[in-house]
Amino acid sequence: MLQLIFFNVTNGLIIGAFYALMAIGLSLILNLSGVINFAHGGFLVIGGYLAYALTPRLGFWGALIVAPFLTALIGFAVERLLIRRLYGRDPLYSLLLTFGLAFIIEDGTRQIWGANGLPFSVPAALTSPLSYQFFFITGYRMFMVAMVAVVVALLFVLLRYTRIGVRIRAGTLDLETVAALGVNVRALRSLNFAVGIFLAGLAGVLAAGQIGLEPTMGDALLMPSFIAIIVGGVGSLTGTLLGGLLIGVASGLTAVIFPSASEAVIYVMMAIVLLVRPRGLLGEEGMLT
Amino acid sequence: MIKRVGVAGFDRRALLKVGAAAGLAQVAAPFVISARGEAPIKIGVANPLTGTYAAPGKNESIGMQLAVDQLNAKNGILGRQIELLAEDSTSGDAGAAVQKTRKLIERDNVDFLVGNVNSALAQAMAQVSNEKGVLHIVPGGHTDPITGTDCKWNVFRVCNTTRMEANAVSDLLFKTYGKKWHFITPDYAFGHTLYQGCEADLKKLGGTVTGNELTPLGTTDFSAYLIKARAANPDVLVVLVQGNDMVNCLKQISQFGIDKQIHVAGTQQELEPVEAMPPEARVGVWMFEWYWKQAAGTPGLDQFIAETRKRSGGKVPTARTWFGYVTIHAYALACEKAKTIEAKAAAKALADLELPPEIKLQPNKVYFRGGDHQLMLSAFLGELLQTGDGDPENLFKVNSIVAGDSIAPSVADTGCKMNMPA
Amino acid sequence: MTAGEYRRVVVLAAIWAALIFAPYWMPVFGGYTALGSRVLVLGLGAMALNFLLGFTGVLSFGHAAWFGLGAYACGLTLKFIIPSTPLGLLAGTLVGGVAGALLGALLVRRRGVYFAMVTIAFGQVFYYIAFQWSSVTGGDDGLRGFARQPLDFSLFQIDLLHSDLAFYYFVLVCFAVVVAVMALILRSPFGRTMIAIRENERRARFLGIPIELHIWIAFTLSCFFMAFAGGLYALLNNFADPRVLHYSLSGDFVIMAVMGGMRMFWGPLLGAVVFVVLQDYLSSLTVNWMSFIGVLIVLIVLFFPRGILGLIRQRRTA
Repeated sequence: MLQLIFFNVTNGLIIGAFYALMAIGLSLILNLSGVINFAHGGFLVIGGYLAYALTPRLGFWGALIVAPFLTALIGFAVERLLIRRLYGRDPLYSLLLTFGLAFIIEDGTRQIWGANGLPFSVPAALTSPLSYQFFFITGYRMFMVAMVAVVVALLFVLLRYTRIGVRIRAGTLDLETVAALGVNVRALRSLNFAVGIFLAGLAGVLAAGQIGLEPTMGDALLMPSFIAIIVGGVGSLTGTLLGGLLIGVASGLTAVIFPSASEAVIYVMMAIVLLVRPRGLLGEEGMLT
Repeated sequence: MIKRVGVAGFDRRALLKVGAAAGLAQVAAPFVISARGEAPIKIGVANPLTGTYAAPGKNESIGMQLAVDQLNAKNGILGRQIELLAEDSTSGDAGAAVQKTRKLIERDNVDFLVGNVNSALAQAMAQVSNEKGVLHIVPGGHTDPITGTDCKWNVFRVCNTTRMEANAVSDLLFKTYGKKWHFITPDYAFGHTLYQGCEADLKKLGGTVTGNELTPLGTTDFSAYLIKARAANPDVLVVLVQGNDMVNCLKQISQFGIDKQIHVAGTQQELEPVEAMPPEARVGVWMFEWYWKQAAGTPGLDQFIAETRKRSGGKVPTARTWFGYVTIHAYALACEKAKTIEAKAAAKALADLELPPEIKLQPNKVYFRGGDHQLMLSAFLGELLQTGDGDPENLFKVNSIVAGDSIAPSVADTGCKMNMPA
Repeated sequence: MTAGEYRRVVVLAAIWAALIFAPYWMPVFGGYTALGSRVLVLGLGAMALNFLLGFTGVLSFGHAAWFGLGAYACGLTLKFIIPSTPLGLLAGTLVGGVAGALLGALLVRRRGVYFAMVTIAFGQVFYYIAFQWSSVTGGDDGLRGFARQPLDFSLFQIDLLHSDLAFYYFVLVCFAVVVAVMALILRSPFGRTMIAIRENERRARFLGIPIELHIWIAFTLSCFFMAFAGGLYALLNNFADPRVLHYSLSGDFVIMAVMGGMRMFWGPLLGAVVFVVLQDYLSSLTVNWMSFIGVLIVLIVLFFPRGILGLIRQRRTA
């Protein structure tokens, strides 16, 4: 039993890392632009399908790098053409807009690539377990965690030490002041949105190696990312990361003890956090309320 | 693809009443007034065209359209042409499915109703069709009650019941792989009955269950369950999850290398998910409800495959295509036999209808059982092929084809008490 | 009577006449009675949501939760406790409303985006409960085995089950009662306070209005109305499935409210008419109906944020 619990904690961390990757993208966009991106799951699907389409030409590794960039490009265009018109309006409108976008993306991917799932393979080198004992730690899962770690670390470095990053962080706290200081807020938001979508695209490629690639693939992954943000605290990227890891472990552990609740447990966690600490684990009071 | 042809038989008196609004009405409800002497027979289909079950839904549509085209080319049903009205039931919204069913029955006055891939929606639709007295065939929802405890005089089913699936595979699994079984079961009614069937069969054979992992529908990560399953050290890991869940599960099983330590098998398998898996995930012994690669010389088979390819962008038919094809042809045969399309008479004719060779497309006898309105279709047992046997489209090696009535529980055991109206 | 009052009476009379005679004029345009019932039920849900969204300015994106709870409670009551349509509706309303009141107390301090996110997440809790607790709710297969019962007036009975027409008028009467209650509340001093909060929360707070309490009451009332609509929905389908709790349905309600015009009392009903009928119509014409609906949503958000009624009013004043 002890071993089983240990296995599942480790495994939960692996899954949690994936949730965190998606949630951080969502969180970036939410923090700077006040947009709850319902289409995030849709962009994830786009990332997966683009990787599938690119693999025959570029191979898995090429697709892994190029597909998220292409997804980010689409995200950039969407921000420029649609979402930026809604800044300063009630958040209701951007929420609805992304809700509509999610419809279009699901239908579009089905139109282009068909309703049936597509077989997406990862290189054989990645698909074997690392050890017989800890068989659930496959090369691919380690690779996923490593990717998440590298990307998140890069992102944090970018936010902390580059000028753009500092502006994004400052904008999260007080956008008006940042604008008053002469920063081009429009460009900042576009870039920030594209980075968020890049993370969704990357999550899509990684997910396609693990689960079936089909037009509704993003649906099941969107809600855990929401919860990760609420648990970690709105406004805090570190909190989102922590929230993602926590819900991963929680659902991994619950699957051992009480499997039917393995999805419900993350909602219970959220309810507890809201009761005990309404701002979330690392969220700051007064932010985005 | 099914195109909605329009609402024929538009009420002319109403048209006069509208007067000036008629122009607007044309925009709001396009209609085609039938030029032929007799109004066509209308078949209403409410099946998923969007969402998780869009792929099987689409394949069933292809089969139905093929059957309609064939019949219409040969004078239709009782000399009347057939018109197919297709509605998207969505994949899981019973409210939408019920609405579409009412629309087809109330507004379009369909003579015959088809649906649904999703068992839950099929049952919701059956409630409406029964209330309205419309003949109804369920082409692809497997849950037992449809032709069991909830059976209805007007409702028939062409796909298997879960109990038939369990019975079809159990013997073979036990003989080939061993007696300690571990299950991965989807946690809803379909999964529960399927598990119960397998468990009962296993007990009868003298085997043991080492555990049953109940996984929520829509599970994306199976690792926690696979960790438990492997720790139990069974002879066979029996995968009962379906559709996308099965793709996820088998993909992860192959990545964990579990298929190299434990035999992996399952009950029902379909070509749609198999095509969606990478080759390394295509493992194990399974049952198909129909498969296209059969012994040469099966009457009508080559033509069926060729005609399907024309309509599916070159792809081979799946069991779903066959379900759609059989549904329409069975209805046509029943009407011809009853010499009417009146629902009760047609239902009586359908109740013991045997399918002719060019429709059943398989060696065994295939017929509707009068007691529960369940089609006795064969089970195709065999193994998945990773990359096809010299033919990249052939992903399943059929070892045996077992007659449906040998795996179906008796009518009494299904719990069905059929009340045909007088 | 001033011109404004006169016009209002005419508009109201036109709305009710259209609703009362709907089963007779709809078929001409390709409609059918059950579609009318569906529009009314979903329209009532959209109006209930708008009671909060349009008049207090609080965005809940998880209102399907209360709608769905109403549907399940109504269905379970009919199935297991007592086969009576009015009591089923009552039970649905109470369960959904009380659950809304309790959770609302947890939420009222949040605002804006945060409030929306938390309501989405809470809505999904009920979705998962309904999905997983299959011994009671039927899980993914849905709750079956109940049907709307005849209305018993001791002297005579009205069969709601076999007559779509009778059920339509039953729904219409229910609709009229709830809408009247909503209108009365909005005309009361409490209703005016709600609007004051919407217009300027800070000023309302300075005036000494207990904002949280008012928002909580508005939220709770909205949940009761929503749950009532949900109960009707269960009766409409004789079925309840987890989708009635899903956030996508919450989104549909918000779209109906915005599409019709969320600052107007009748806006959401108009939105529901357009949205439900269009969805019904488009999904018969093309498998790509989702794209059309998606594009429609995008267009409305970008170009007609005040909705159809808002547009008409703008024209008139311009």
